[in-house]
Amino acid sequence: MRIGFLLNGERVEADAPPTRTLLDWLREERGLTGTKEGCNEGDCGACTVLVTDERGARALNACILFLPQLRGKAVRTVEGIAGPEGALHPVQRAMVDHHGSQCGFCTPGFVVAMAAAHLNGDCDHDAALAGNLCRCTGYAPILRAAEAAAAEPVPDWMRDRPNPDDAPPAGSGGAFLPRSADELAAWYADHPDATLIAGATDVGLWVTKGLRDLPEVAFLSGARDLARIEERDGRLWFGAGATMTEVLEAVRDRFPSWAALIGRYGSAQVRNAATIGGNVANGSPIGDNPPVLLALGARLHLRRGEERRVLPVEDFFLDYGRQDRRPGEFLEGIDVPLSAPGLRVWKVSKRWDQDISAVCGAFDIRVEDGRVVRVRTGFGGMAATPRRARALEAALEGRPWDEATVEAAVPALAEDFRPIDDMRASAAYRLEVAGNLLRRYLHESRGAAVSVRAVRP
Amino acid sequence: MSVHEPAPHDSALLHVTGAARYTDDIPAPAGCLHLAFGLSPVARGRLAALDLGPVRAAPGVVAALAHGDLRRPADVAPVAHDEPLLCDGAIHYLGQPLFVVAATSHRAARRAARLARVEAEEEAPVLTIDDALAAGWRFEEGPRIWQKGDPDAALATAPRRVRGRLEIGGQEHFYLEGQAALAIPGDDGMEVHCSTQHPSEIQHKVADALGLPSAAVRVVVRRMGGGFGGKESQGNHLAVACAVMAEATGRPCRMRYDRDDDMTITGKRHDFRIDYDAGFDAEGRLLAMEVVQYARCGWSQDLSLAVCDRAMLHADNAYLVPHARIVSHRLRTNTQSATAFRGFGGPQGMLGTERLIQHAAHALGLDPGAVRRLNFYPPATGGERSGPGTGTRLRAVHSPALDRSTPYGMEVEDFILHEMTDALLASSDFADRQRAVREWNSGNPVLKRGLAWSPVKFGISFTLSHLNQAGALVHVYRDGSVLLNHGGTEMGQGLHRKVSQVAAARLGIPLDRVRIAATDTARVPNTSATAASSGADLNGMAVQAAADAIRERMARHLAALHQARAEEVVFADGTVRVGADAMSWEEAVDACYLGRVSLSATGFYATPGLEWDRVRGRGRPFFYFAYGCAATEVVLDTLTGESRILRADILHDCGASLNPALDIGQIEGGYVQGAGWLTTEELVWDAKGRLRTHAPATYKIPAFSDRPAIFNVRLWDAANRAETVYRSKAVGEPPLMLGISAFLALSEACAACGPHWPDLQAPATPEAILRAVARARGA
Ligand SMILES: Cc1cc2nc3c(=O)[nH]c(=O)nc-3n(C[C@H](O)[C@H](O)[C@H](O)COP(=O)(O)OP(=O)(O)OC[C@H]3O[C@@H](n4cnc5c(N)ncnc54)[C@H](O)[C@@H]3O)c2cc1C
Ligand code: FES
Ligand code: FES
Repeated sequence: MRIGFLLNGERVEADAPPTRTLLDWLREERGLTGTKEGCNEGDCGACTVLVTDERGARALNACILFLPQLRGKAVRTVEGIAGPEGALHPVQRAMVDHHGSQCGFCTPGFVVAMAAAHLNGDCDHDAALAGNLCRCTGYAPILRAAEAAAAEPVPDWMRDRPNPDDAPPAGSGGAFLPRSADELAAWYADHPDATLIAGATDVGLWVTKGLRDLPEVAFLSGARDLARIEERDGRLWFGAGATMTEVLEAVRDRFPSWAALIGRYGSAQVRNAATIGGNVANGSPIGDNPPVLLALGARLHLRRGEERRVLPVEDFFLDYGRQDRRPGEFLEGIDVPLSAPGLRVWKVSKRWDQDISAVCGAFDIRVEDGRVVRVRTGFGGMAATPRRARALEAALEGRPWDEATVEAAVPALAEDFRPIDDMRASAAYRLEVAGNLLRRYLHESRGAAVSVRAVRP
Repeated sequence: MSVHEPAPHDSALLHVTGAARYTDDIPAPAGCLHLAFGLSPVARGRLAALDLGPVRAAPGVVAALAHGDLRRPADVAPVAHDEPLLCDGAIHYLGQPLFVVAATSHRAARRAARLARVEAEEEAPVLTIDDALAAGWRFEEGPRIWQKGDPDAALATAPRRVRGRLEIGGQEHFYLEGQAALAIPGDDGMEVHCSTQHPSEIQHKVADALGLPSAAVRVVVRRMGGGFGGKESQGNHLAVACAVMAEATGRPCRMRYDRDDDMTITGKRHDFRIDYDAGFDAEGRLLAMEVVQYARCGWSQDLSLAVCDRAMLHADNAYLVPHARIVSHRLRTNTQSATAFRGFGGPQGMLGTERLIQHAAHALGLDPGAVRRLNFYPPATGGERSGPGTGTRLRAVHSPALDRSTPYGMEVEDFILHEMTDALLASSDFADRQRAVREWNSGNPVLKRGLAWSPVKFGISFTLSHLNQAGALVHVYRDGSVLLNHGGTEMGQGLHRKVSQVAAARLGIPLDRVRIAATDTARVPNTSATAASSGADLNGMAVQAAADAIRERMARHLAALHQARAEEVVFADGTVRVGADAMSWEEAVDACYLGRVSLSATGFYATPGLEWDRVRGRGRPFFYFAYGCAATEVVLDTLTGESRILRADILHDCGASLNPALDIGQIEGGYVQGAGWLTTEELVWDAKGRLRTHAPATYKIPAFSDRPAIFNVRLWDAANRAETVYRSKAVGEPPLMLGISAFLALSEACAACGPHWPDLQAPATPEAILRAVARARGA
């Protein structure tokens, strides 16, 4: 199929199958080999590119980005970060001056990720660069470079102005690019075997690692009404197509604990692509949003054609790899209460940033007059699906909020869960830590320091 | 002068603009095929049947070869000739290449490689150290044993004994650029581009596989996207496969491993088990030790013997051991063949002993730092005084009778850690912080801090003495530009920059007059791997010799023209002065050209004074030692085992640094890599021998925010006592072992949770830490 977009300021048209990745196309068709392949699964950032559309500019991993996702947008690769006459971008200059490259293989990805943050005035370098691995430098000189470049003005050439209406229409060829949820609904009801692709942070790997062919696909990112986040009927509504970056912004003040969790979800590049709908729809037992949604009592809004239904989130996850979703039905949105002051969620993984949870535990505990009056939980990594710990909840509900209650309740987790051993953690560790997260809740509510990341050196 | 200057990496501008080309960035020659291996699905057994029909029928496939289809048997082992390119019937590990397929695209080749019908007669695999010991699977006839004094007697009479065991996980290199090669058949033989630290070995392996003389194979490498030892021998597979397939099809062939394949196929750092038994007096003086090292070497020998030797060679680290026995078991298992990794066994050997000291301090109720210092080797004697501005040497007790010998009989003559440790402890405010940590811990029920420092003494030289040689070829062109060739390869360490600084300094010209050429076996032959931290030491000296030869010829000629003596000709700042006359470097070059002076020279260097008997474990394997020390502070969470490095202070010895910016880069990077090895980086194999952590999704190297929040790195910056290039010291490997201080600090934090010995095992993942916390509490 043919897809038009701006590449380093120039209009281009790519003619390729719908599941061709931007990375392969850049390297193999365009000879733009500055963008590197370090992992081909979104985990190293060596392939980072800058993508601008009407929602702004952001860093994305080109290795799991399909060409149709770029229709009508602007792409800048490392080759387009320096100015037209070869003038270095401030982050490039700083990377040279501060010895930020050694082998240089991670460098193009860093340069683009740094330029993206610089363009958006984002000085939280730890957040912006968590998705870029470097094996040589130990990151210290890269941080120095990022700090040095921060004060420099953004060069003009960085401000791409793509015109979505400009884009040549996407040709067919096995892919449908709906412009609205209605278009998607109508088409998907007729093509129930098609694969829906939202951010492609899962589906991308089916292609790059599973080497799968996807004969019929629909790309959801053009349906902007599917990405709304707003208050609806006294609840907070997330369109299924909202990216994790957008969700993070929306929950920052309302649900700070959830926001902190999302801050560790993948990396900036992954959050800029991944959608909350995809994170729920894939049914993964280790997705990070489902535990929160379980604890919050979220509702899923499913749609097939014009037919809609609402489902409590816990009823959606049937078994490993099986969800309550019918052929031709898709997730339109998710809603949660407007606030939950008692919500705490923690993810435990080997590495702080960009890792998958060994255990993720969410608790919404409401304490009145020293008693637990309401409690809902959600756990990931503990069972074949994300699940509430109902025995634990029962052991807490109505009891005084104190150590004795917590100690008495923790063993109930063994009734709720029989976790597994795998490369992330042993079953015993998972069970112990799940209980310890409840203890952490108690400690924190009493003012103890509980986060190694909050400790000042 | 260009040496000792913090000049940027030679390719820095190319790196930041994306213009630096790596092997897979070389534009594909016309008709180029892409290769992929089909891998064994089982860890051990016989390959009963292999049907490549479906592979050959897959779209885009041009050829597929199994062992029996090869014209000559092809081997890819670096030393022992025990690694057939493709499975010859015996399956040795899960992930072993069974066949190779060539297709019109990388993706087509990868897809086709999954289509073979493989029938394997599976046998129970030998996977762990215990499996291998039970099966008696080992390399060499039995354990290597080196001894100093009478450890049995000394242990028996020691007032205090400390015994323990440390399991040390391996480490995946995770070079950001995966393995890659490209072979182009031509009139004169085979040209190979490869991401390798060892072009000469690739040349020999390709020549051997094709039945060609070495002279008919040319191997070129401009740069690697990281190596860390992982490209010392592990690139052989790809280069030989490409060459063999190029010969079979007559077309250029290229191959790159997908990351999962890379991690599944290639070797990693050896995991070790170390059993220790040591005797101390009540003050913490080490009287004797027995250290038994068990190394899991994987299925083939690769470089394991030398790696295990180096682990033994570093079992003393910085400590004088009056009576020692070091035992090393090199065990064979049905796993990837463990290989070189920065430090080359040294880190494991050193960690075992650092752990022993820490354990002893805990058992004796002493400060671990005090026990370390008490057992340091005696300070350096004679020679140049060490340490900038120190003026006096501390504890200047040097009676000739003082024992300063390592367990392998080499005298430690250049020991500077007393002074360095003083400086580090002062600059890091160690004692005050130690008190502050204790206080903080008493007020925090959930989180605990830990603080520890540790020293590094690392021996520099290849322990296979003949490898300590290097060659260079320097051309001066008529316009005054200089082209530099040497046998070392560039993997990010800045070797080309350092060597070009040497050339510019010798010729007295600005750095930008010196161009760096790709490493090329057609220009400099018979090179050693760029390894053992020796790149700048060896190649710098070879380049120095070549540049000096040209300079001397020029000086003779110019002196003759000006009726002066050659010694009066001075090359500096781009100007050549002969007595009162001065001319630009370019004019001087042109004059020499017109005078028919050869402006091209080779240079050669061999490290002097080495003699080493690896079987007996006696001699002088090292030219000198490089030193360093680091203090690390961590915090951990007793509920989850999560941890974080809060601060690291490092003082490291690079001699008189050739390039302080590059050296600091090696130290920062080495520290973080070493800390990663001992914390988040965990390799997990399942019961079938499948590596479950075969991608960055599951194998976690340190990420951006894992660097120490405060990170102070300083160079000791005192001239090397040994006659090295501009008195610098090697820096590639030693700083990795500074990361050991992070592990020790975590262990201290665990120990702060209770009265018992926490017995923290490596890597200190959250799970390992939680277990250690429980042990400390006596649970
Ligand atoms: C490097 C990396 C890091 C990651 N880190 C994390 C992490 O920290 N935490 C975490 O939870 N996950 C993580 N993930 C997993 C991944 O990001 C999520 O599962 C993601 O939310 C999927 O969303 P997506 O939009 O990319 O989905 P896609 O890949 O586009 O789709 C995923 C699945 O959902 C289906 N789908 C998508 N949208 C809809 C819809 N509206 N209706 C019905 N079906 C739909 C698709 O058909 C597909 O089956 C990571 C992934 C990568 C590559
Ligand atoms: S190649 Fe690693 S994130 Fe894309
Ligand atoms: S410079 Fe080598 S990976 Fe970053």
